[in-house]
Amino acid sequence: MLINEVKEKLIAIVTKANYDDSKTERLVYSYDATPNFQSMPDAVVSPRNTEEVSQILKVCNQYKVPIVPRGSGTNLCAGTCPTEGGIVMLFKHMNKILEIDEENLTVTVQPGVITLDMIHAVEEKGLFYPPDPSSMKISTIGGNINENSGGLRGLKYGVTRDYVIALEVVLPNGDIIRTGGKLAKDVAGYDLTRLFVGSEGTLVVITEATLKLIPMPETKKTMLALYQDLSAAAKSVSAIIANKIIPTTLEFLDQPTLQVVEDFAKIGLPTDVKAVLLIEQDGPPEVVERDLTRIADICKQEQAVSIQIAASEAEAEALRTARRTALSAIARLKPTTILEDATVPRSEIANMVKAINEITDKYQLTICTFGHAGDGNLHPTCATDARNHEEMERVEKAFAEIFEHAIALGGTITGEHGVGAMKAPYLEWKLKEEGIAAMKAIKHGFDPNNIMNPGKVFAKDSKKRVVVTK
Amino acid sequence: MTTMKEQEKIQEQFKARMNEDDLLNCMRCGFCLPTCPTYIESGYKESHSPRGRIALMKAVVDGVIEPDEDFERSLELCLGCRACEPVCPSGVNYGHLLEDARDIINQNKKHSLPVRIVRKTVFQGLFPHPNRMRGTVGLLGFYQRSGIQTIARKIGFLGLLPESLATMEKVLPKVPTMKEMKNRPEYLPAIAEKVHRVAFFSGCLMDTMFLKTNDATMKLLQLAGCEVVIPQNQVCCGALHGHSGEKQTAKDLAKKNIIAFENLNVDYIITNAGGCGAFLIDYDHLLKDDPDWKDRAKDFKEKIKDISEVLVAVDFHQKVKLELPPQVITYQDSCHLRNVMKTASAPRVLLRAIEGAEYNEMKDADRCCGSAGIYNIVESEMSMVMLDYKMVQAKSSHATTIVTANPGCLLQMQLGIEREGLSSKMRGVHIVDLLIEAVKQA
Repeated sequence: MLINEVKEKLIAIVTKANYDDSKTERLVYSYDATPNFQSMPDAVVSPRNTEEVSQILKVCNQYKVPIVPRGSGTNLCAGTCPTEGGIVMLFKHMNKILEIDEENLTVTVQPGVITLDMIHAVEEKGLFYPPDPSSMKISTIGGNINENSGGLRGLKYGVTRDYVIALEVVLPNGDIIRTGGKLAKDVAGYDLTRLFVGSEGTLVVITEATLKLIPMPETKKTMLALYQDLSAAAKSVSAIIANKIIPTTLEFLDQPTLQVVEDFAKIGLPTDVKAVLLIEQDGPPEVVERDLTRIADICKQEQAVSIQIAASEAEAEALRTARRTALSAIARLKPTTILEDATVPRSEIANMVKAINEITDKYQLTICTFGHAGDGNLHPTCATDARNHEEMERVEKAFAEIFEHAIALGGTITGEHGVGAMKAPYLEWKLKEEGIAAMKAIKHGFDPNNIMNPGKVFAKDSKKRVVVTK
Repeated sequence: MTTMKEQEKIQEQFKARMNEDDLLNCMRCGFCLPTCPTYIESGYKESHSPRGRIALMKAVVDGVIEPDEDFERSLELCLGCRACEPVCPSGVNYGHLLEDARDIINQNKKHSLPVRIVRKTVFQGLFPHPNRMRGTVGLLGFYQRSGIQTIARKIGFLGLLPESLATMEKVLPKVPTMKEMKNRPEYLPAIAEKVHRVAFFSGCLMDTMFLKTNDATMKLLQLAGCEVVIPQNQVCCGALHGHSGEKQTAKDLAKKNIIAFENLNVDYIITNAGGCGAFLIDYDHLLKDDPDWKDRAKDFKEKIKDISEVLVAVDFHQKVKLELPPQVITYQDSCHLRNVMKTASAPRVLLRAIEGAEYNEMKDADRCCGSAGIYNIVESEMSMVMLDYKMVQAKSSHATTIVTANPGCLLQMQLGIEREGLSSKMRGVHIVDLLIEAVKQA
């Protein structure tokens, strides 16, 4: 519990209405979308402006109270689970779109804006914000920036990091600083903007962001390529890229995933094939047409059994929406869904799919695999039951092996979901001891008292590496 | 006030009775959040969202928190609109969890004396008994016709009531006479060529206060080629009881209805109230632990259909000419019709088929209007916030006719129109009443 002095100071800053330490309120901010992580904060605080954030941080820094900035709690790495208590900071009052600048093609927002609301607002002006995480209907921009979220359009357009050009942040000591600007170029000092994107709330609190926009593509088209062989689908992915075509979207869904998604969405997805690629291209009509024809040819050469083109935008949107529900739909199979987002170079995607299948068989698990194959970013998801401890042990072993394989193929333990508390024990596998030390030095520089989202990114103990023969 | 002892009992019951699989099935992705009216209107409070409520229920089962007043408050403020269910990729049965949780709290909590008396009178003394329903609604008719209404309005007696109730008094329909309510048909032949034999679930409130709407429903069925049977031994569906933590009474009523409709040799059992239909279609869940009734409930449930679905299925809108004077029509979904009975397109198909009128879909037509059974009486404040939002959308659709498919929603829309001072320009109407109007016009 917070000592009375801290509580009184916080209430003095945000007023009673924006401070809550009732059991109910603390409980509902004790989790995010990550299974098996739950921990009660001591209080929940909702500042109304940057100045209040600054004052809160000063108090927390003085009394060494942990602080967890939280958007909508949809992250998948236990990044906003208050594992060490302290206060959860909400941005429900700081949720305005401040400006859409049509001359510089930027949008300036407060952190609490819902991603999709902002996308709709800029689209009304004919502008385009590409990052589209599957949770965009729920997630906030602040959350996306802190997690450096990806999405279905990442292959062609990149991720959140590629669109953040300026930030207003509050440092743990209460200082308010601005980084970057509405600038196409800016090399004045270290690129702190990029450092803070994806920092998972462990360095600063983001209170405002300016995002780069691009013109809306003229047209887009969507197709499905169906396969009776998993590796043929995976090989198609590498072949498309090797043929120098970069589609907007290149998603992979295996049969078990297709089945659960269809069970929910009921849009007539093919459930009798082993895998499907969801492919989308946008741009001028003639380019879209040409690319889709070439992609279709490549897929057929790689043994696709059928190619289906979405007849309308409504049909295409239904396919995208269905894909976005994949993770949650897997919970239809068993109550606990544990997913990973190991990422490998695109050329290795077929090897990774093969490895995942072998590991699934070895540990006798139900693993559904889907993901942004074009990015080399797959989401093998295990449908399991947290109450079955013996199986949970096998799940952990299996995922350790998946990580190990990904790293061996030149990949990483997480492509877009972040490290948080969940993957912290594995971070050293990717970064080595020296890499961790370098990052810790940065953390210490900003946050010497370790109040910013403690327990995330850096683990107390690293996992022992499993030995895998390649 | 819930005493510590009551809290302990509630916690024990949560552990024993709540469906753990359903609680675990929620993987907290948050896809439900943008659809939850109380989450939005409470200023994005997680404790007033489905994800939050499920986490709270689970925490009580796990013993992480006690079922204290804040916890109860979170469950009370839920509309039970179930908009979270169709969007849940994991398929969590939120409605069932909520019903069980409310039942446990209610059965283990001693209400204050006045609340006890009201609950007993309404839930046990009134709704389960068709004759008493007629008597009570008849009293309302007496109030309206005798001149007491005029006097009450003049002396400002209604000012003593909460604002929404006082306005509600104005919008209640003209109640039929006792004689009209007693002489109800038992059988009606098909008027067009016979395609179906159906039974009609007349409902308690619908067959008294909204008798005209029931007549219109049966007439439409006849015109659509349905032979209609109206079993006289049917009773209230029990929805009000089920949603208010009176599950046992709901079960008793369900059994009576299953008996009443069991051997009629009909293709469908037709309802014209989304709230009733959704509860009827859930009888198999309500009686799932009762081996003697499980299968019978399933047979019953499979026959339940909303009037609009049947009309569309038999191409009524193409066979019968529908026409109205020029007007803009919009449709407000009944939450339970849409989210539980999964009927959303049929009413729109019918309304779009009316010649002379223009159909304009309003924004967020699928968001709850705040009626939600007795919610607009017991949670008047939040209900009026919902209604205000709804009226903003209704106005920007330029509609002059707001159509609904459930009596509660209808009253709420009429309340909204009255509150906005729009009663000279806008009207609320049940879909079957509008269709009958369109048939007569044509």
